[in-house]
Amino acid sequence: MTTQDREADDVEALLPWHAAGTLGSDDVARVEAALARDEKLAQRYALVREELAETVRLNEGLGAPSPRPLQRLMSEIDAEAARGAPVRVPLAFARRLEGLLMRLSPRALAWSAAAAALVILVQAGLLASLFLGPRGQTYRTAAIERANAPGAPGAYALVGFAPKASAADVTKFLETYKATIVDGPRAGGLYRIRVGEAGLARSELEKLVEQMQREGAVVRFAAPTE
Amino acid sequence: MQATSDEALIGRIAAGDKLAMHLLFARHHVRVYRFVLRLVRNESLAEDLISEVFLDVWRQAGRFERRSSVGTWLLAIARNKAISALRKRQPQALDEKTAAAVEDSADDPETAMQKKDKSEILRNCLSRLSAEHREIVDLVYYHEKSVEEVAGIVGIPANTVKTRMLYARKRLSELLKAAGVERGWP
Repeated sequence: MTTQDREADDVEALLPWHAAGTLGSDDVARVEAALARDEKLAQRYALVREELAETVRLNEGLGAPSPRPLQRLMSEIDAEAARGAPVRVPLAFARRLEGLLMRLSPRALAWSAAAAALVILVQAGLLASLFLGPRGQTYRTAAIERANAPGAPGAYALVGFAPKASAADVTKFLETYKATIVDGPRAGGLYRIRVGEAGLARSELEKLVEQMQREGAVVRFAAPTE
Repeated sequence: MQATSDEALIGRIAAGDKLAMHLLFARHHVRVYRFVLRLVRNESLAEDLISEVFLDVWRQAGRFERRSSVGTWLLAIARNKAISALRKRQPQALDEKTAAAVEDSADDPETAMQKKDKSEILRNCLSRLSAEHREIVDLVYYHEKSVEEVAGIVGIPANTVKTRMLYARKRLSELLKAAGVERGWP
């Protein structure tokens, strides 16, 4: 096959995208030049345009779905919210985390994951006993119990504590932010903490969470939640 | 007034904004539905699948990478859902590759011949392509996806995308010829 033949085949293969208007400018120029000098190619291009027109007609003729999928979607979302808000990772944080993980070798990543899992397990036990309190505890008032109940109104954040954070570090962190752990550990060793009253503005909550994210020695993850 | 971009909506969805979810659904659900319907050929199943597609978006919005457009991301999720659903419905003999290659023989060439309108015959033949060929033709012509975007959605190299489209078009010509329409190509 000569170079010219290859070029002709390449251009022929691009005709559908040329008709759909989804080629880059370099390829558009190549195809248009070939169409201008090759009458047979131009005839075949007319077939492509015909196919495109009928594909669009065929798809448009399929109609639209009923309102049922939207209703089902929203009720599923509401049901999830009722079960407890899903873990939502802020975009910027997710990208930073991805960048960090990409730099690790597979072996380092595997060891890190295993070590982190172990630390989270130990930490979960410690935190649960330290901050959720012993079952026999009787001196907490009903008002405090209500405020700390997972469904109580308030401003909440999800936090994951750094593997090296000690119990003293966590205590200090909670005191600093006047926060209480209300639920956890959840998937990924995350805790739901109450950081303020229900009236706290979303922007204030986000500021608070940004501040928490800067406490790298104690917190490995923080995000607003419901 | 400028409409909120899809990417901005995804950002809001990641923060739990249900209104943004409504807007994204309104913007894309018809196209996603049609894409899925052409693959699964069952309206009720296609409706179920689009709920699942957008529920995945709700759950995974925080993980959206801007390597592709939101529309392309939606079609990639939809394709996976459709293939899983087809696999569940055809568990016995057909593997995915075989199922994708099977053409619809509902309308034979004689029947098609009776349809005098060439456009109608063309649409009929487009419907009778195998799932694999229908998918690529729809993505290129109807969903206006570039070579690279199709490669991302279908999970094949860009060169295979071009070859598959060429084969789909050649097969279309064969079906048309059998239906009495000679195109003079290939």
